Amino acid sequence: MTVLDAQGLGKRYKRMWALTGCTLEIEPGHVTGLVGPNGAGKSTLLNIASGMLEPTTGTIEVCGGVPGSGPAQLAKVGYVAQSAPVYSGLSVEDHLRLGARLNPGWDDELAHRRIERIGLNPKQHAGKLSGGQRAQLALTLGIAKRPELLLLDEPVAALDPLARREFLQDLMAAVAEHGVSVVLSSHLVADLERVCDQLIVLVDSQVRIAGDVEDLLATHHRLTGPRRDVDSLPGDQHVISAHHTDRQTTVVVRTEAPILDPVWTVAGLTLEDVVLEYMSNPATARPALEVLR
Amino acid sequence: MTWLTWRQFRVPALSVFAGLVVIGVVLGITGPELVGRTDFSDQDVVYGGTILVMYLLPAVVGVFWGVPLVARELESGTHSLVWNQTVTRRRWLGTKLGVGVLAAMLAAGLLSLAVTWWASPIDAMANQATDRGMLNRMSPVVFAARGIVPIGNAAFAFVLGVAVGIVLRRTVAAMAVTLVVLAAVLLAMPLLARPYVLPALDDNIAFTDSNIVGIRGNDKGVIESVRVREPAGAWVLTNETIDPSGNAVSPLPDFVEGCVPQPGRNVPPPPSGSVGGCMAQLGEHGYRQHVAYQPGYRFWPLQWIELAIFLALSTLLTWFSFRRLRHLS
Repeated sequence: MTVLDAQGLGKRYKRMWALTGCTLEIEPGHVTGLVGPNGAGKSTLLNIASGMLEPTTGTIEVCGGVPGSGPAQLAKVGYVAQSAPVYSGLSVEDHLRLGARLNPGWDDELAHRRIERIGLNPKQHAGKLSGGQRAQLALTLGIAKRPELLLLDEPVAALDPLARREFLQDLMAAVAEHGVSVVLSSHLVADLERVCDQLIVLVDSQVRIAGDVEDLLATHHRLTGPRRDVDSLPGDQHVISAHHTDRQTTVVVRTEAPILDPVWTVAGLTLEDVVLEYMSNPATARPALEVLR
Repeated sequence: MTWLTWRQFRVPALSVFAGLVVIGVVLGITGPELVGRTDFSDQDVVYGGTILVMYLLPAVVGVFWGVPLVARELESGTHSLVWNQTVTRRRWLGTKLGVGVLAAMLAAGLLSLAVTWWASPIDAMANQATDRGMLNRMSPVVFAARGIVPIGNAAFAFVLGVAVGIVLRRTVAAMAVTLVVLAAVLLAMPLLARPYVLPALDDNIAFTDSNIVGIRGNDKGVIESVRVREPAGAWVLTNETIDPSGNAVSPLPDFVEGCVPQPGRNVPPPPSGSVGGCMAQLGEHGYRQHVAYQPGYRFWPLQWIELAIFLALSTLLTWFSFRRLRHLS
């Protein structure tokens, strides 16, 4: 059982591929972070998963159905676009009414409780809300619809650091309360580190690595030692990057096995380091595609 | 979905209907005075106004109802909000089109009813006229401002606005394009379609003393064309002189040049009252006047046909919009 199953997914705009060969499986009950530089295909992937876009190649199954295929499918997936669009002419109250009218599974009590806790004035027009409030309103619509999977595209991009933290805490509370699976994208690892237990790194429209955050931290090592050729490393150590000075070699490797070679000084990496290593070294000899467990 | 559509649509809809109420009141006050009169020259402004309003309504419906209802959502990104509620795109567009088209047809129907009623004494008199002094209801401009054709115009204008909005995704640009396309279609209809949807009637009329109602010549004394009396209440498409072999002639042969006064030449003017008789010698040489026209009794058949054409165009645009909708993002 997966909430998102993509096989060889690709999307081409005119002549440019925004996403290629994306194969992913996401289990339910996780908060999955989608991280990558600007233009890496994060929005494209989320748009395809929500049914806003049709893939050019490959197949995708979300909550057991084709995205956007019908009302039953739409009810299962919540999606908040990058710009957190709301109707500027409608009041906050009107937005909740809209949600109630358009969603059979609408949780009106939850929606009103959230609006009250966030401190939004129900009478206020959505056009007059701040960026953070707009994002909160859009997220409220997404959560109160009670989906199985919630897709959030750069939900905190428009927020200041404090609002960012509050938004993410609030999201976590909602996730804990309703057991919804979440996929959210960001180009900042720090945002994701706090809330995600799974991470997908997209670089140059391809999935570079995907996995459990704990596993990623446990399997990536920075090795420092006397200068040597990286090809002489054991076969189970995937080289992510290698730097050489006259006397010294520093490599970042991914391996399940312990590092046994005593010449290396072994250090761990932070999640941000791991992500940055993948972002700044897009072309490795050995592909590092892996399925989420 | 109906609730949201109404919530977005109510301000433009109520504005237009409020305008219609005002027009209705004006026509309701001035209308009864027209019954039984034979001189309507003091009504030129209101009469012209009713024609203008009948053409303005589809423009307003297309530009201010059709375009914003869809293009504004696509432009501001709110389509991605509403499409991710438990509402399919097809239902979203279907509801908007349904509500909008019905409102447009209702508005146009009511306005046309009021205007057709108000102008009925004027139309009745114009219907008797055999020259071009008054525009009868078959004349191109008046035809589309009476009866049921305005309903088709309004429905078409609305769907056009929606379709252009879906293609361009920008409100202001879509408004401009909608206006231009609508004007082109409303212009093309009487010029390219309406004369031919039913084959015109052809009469070859012999000249008599009294049936010539117009002579046009230049300052050299050459007569370029003559017009004969036209069938009452008809839309005359051609009124031209043909020679014995059936070809249209212009200018007319020179033996009739002496029939009309010629200020430029030193020729004594013909005796007054003899122009008709003089021109009648065209008939002796085998000339006839060819009149092609759509007779007045075809008013309703032509109205139904034109309504059907506009509804068919609207259906086509609706199909196109739904087709495009699948690939929008």
